[in-house]
Amino acid sequence: MLDVKVINALKEKFGEDIVNVSESCGDSIVNVNLASLHDVLGFLHSTLSFDYLLFLSAADYPKREKRFDMIYQLRSTATFDEVRIKAEVSDGEDVESVSDIWGCAIGDECETYDMFGIKFLNNAELRRAFMPDDWKGYPLRKEYPLKGDEFSDRYLDKYLPEGQRHQPEHTRMP
Amino acid sequence: MSSSDIRTLELNMGPQHPSTHGVLRLVLRLNGEIIEHTSPRVGYLHRGFEKMAENMSYQQFTPITDRLSYVASMNNNLAYAVAMEKLLGAEDKVPERAQYIRVMVAELNRIGSHLIWLGTHALDIGAMTPYFYCFREREMIVDMFEEICGARLLYNYVRIGGVAQDITAKFMDMLKEFVKIFPGRQKEYHTLLTKNRIWLKRTKDVGVISAEDAVNWGISGPALRGSGMEWDLRKKKPYAVYSELDFDIPHYDEGDVYARYLVRMDEMLQSIRILEQCINKIPEGPYMADEFKKVSKPIKPPAGESYGYAENPTGELGFYIISEGKNKPYRMKIRAPSFIHAYALPFMIKGSLLSDVVAVIGSLDLVFGESDR
Repeated sequence: MLDVKVINALKEKFGEDIVNVSESCGDSIVNVNLASLHDVLGFLHSTLSFDYLLFLSAADYPKREKRFDMIYQLRSTATFDEVRIKAEVSDGEDVESVSDIWGCAIGDECETYDMFGIKFLNNAELRRAFMPDDWKGYPLRKEYPLKGDEFSDRYLDKYLPEGQRHQPEHTRMP
Repeated sequence: MSSSDIRTLELNMGPQHPSTHGVLRLVLRLNGEIIEHTSPRVGYLHRGFEKMAENMSYQQFTPITDRLSYVASMNNNLAYAVAMEKLLGAEDKVPERAQYIRVMVAELNRIGSHLIWLGTHALDIGAMTPYFYCFREREMIVDMFEEICGARLLYNYVRIGGVAQDITAKFMDMLKEFVKIFPGRQKEYHTLLTKNRIWLKRTKDVGVISAEDAVNWGISGPALRGSGMEWDLRKKKPYAVYSELDFDIPHYDEGDVYARYLVRMDEMLQSIRILEQCINKIPEGPYMADEFKKVSKPIKPPAGESYGYAENPTGELGFYIISEGKNKPYRMKIRAPSFIHAYALPFMIKGSLLSDVVAVIGSLDLVFGESDR
């Protein structure tokens, strides 16, 4: 469990922006507002010595009003404390990049953009990490089909919502 | 021609370049032979493991983890099992014999993975001989794994709650033989490379990264220890029975390719030390918790989320799993060290020569099955 001092320091500094503090399987989770997300992470890095970003990612909850959860797993190399920061993001909303705090965020942000379609501001290298550049749709969204024939126009059109349709050019049959 | 006439050149390295060990593509911007900017492009091996995980049961995903870093399947299995047991709160339910077997196979596979790394890394830089020496010893390890689980590459051996089968007497004999001869063989590799003048010229002061930068760029495993951090999850956050075993963390302060080479070389001997202790300490008993023995019985962790991890040959492999109380994960994120190392590469090779890129890629032990997932 996370040191009480850390939580108190966060609550003192950000007050209302710390939405919830909880624990699951021994991991500490702090939910924050999206508006103060970058500041909270910066504060954790600079003042509370959480200098190691293990990963950042997202999770999709399509039924919720704000459908995505941004997830940041941090660790302190000095004390070995770990904390997970979460913030809710709605579809189409941009998230401020943390690549200015941790260098390794560049890759993970590319991956999150590729898989969920969440755009990051101020990430100069933002592009699809795995899928081809002209790919349509975001594979880790829940509505994306599990399998199918990428050469068939009808297939993706059947599953993907309006706006994400259209077969990528490189997979079109000549 | 004045210097202002020199144009920067954009060069595609890979994905078929032999030194990229699979399918890494680097878009390099060169000024002469100096690298100004690098943009790594991974994903040629993307198979959508995280999407697949959401659609299959927890036990069904174990063989998929084999396909992450395919030269260290046992370690991947172990990392997944550790993460799952953390989510289930079942760390104490795993029998002690199973924990010892896990440590033994994980350390054997660590040596196996480091041997492949050493062989191919040396091959990239131009030394062909170590490759054959390394594969000679790796063959022994693979034979041992064949003896206990029947497979030579993808084992699916370490399961949630224990291991798939008990180890045999023949395996123990093979292991004792291996532990006896390996330190001598490791000395042979040292005679081939460690004071080799060409090797030193190609690896010393190449791809230097300080400990502070290494932490900032998320580097883990032997690469972090090569930068002077005494950092090993087997010591810092012991899983399985590592807390009962005695071993050192090799680390070097230089932070260059040569330091990372020495760390891995020393690590192989530390693994042998662990194996020796395991041979003496391994208790009798069950190899699998009864609760998890039946694969047909679905595993349903309570709703919640956990991040479990293990020290792999490449770095810290972690599984972040969100459970909603069903027999399938709601979301699984795999923290793949190779992916993070691939994105740290531009920082490490900025301003260095084009020919050094090959040495730096090799020193990070990038495996693209893991990176691309």
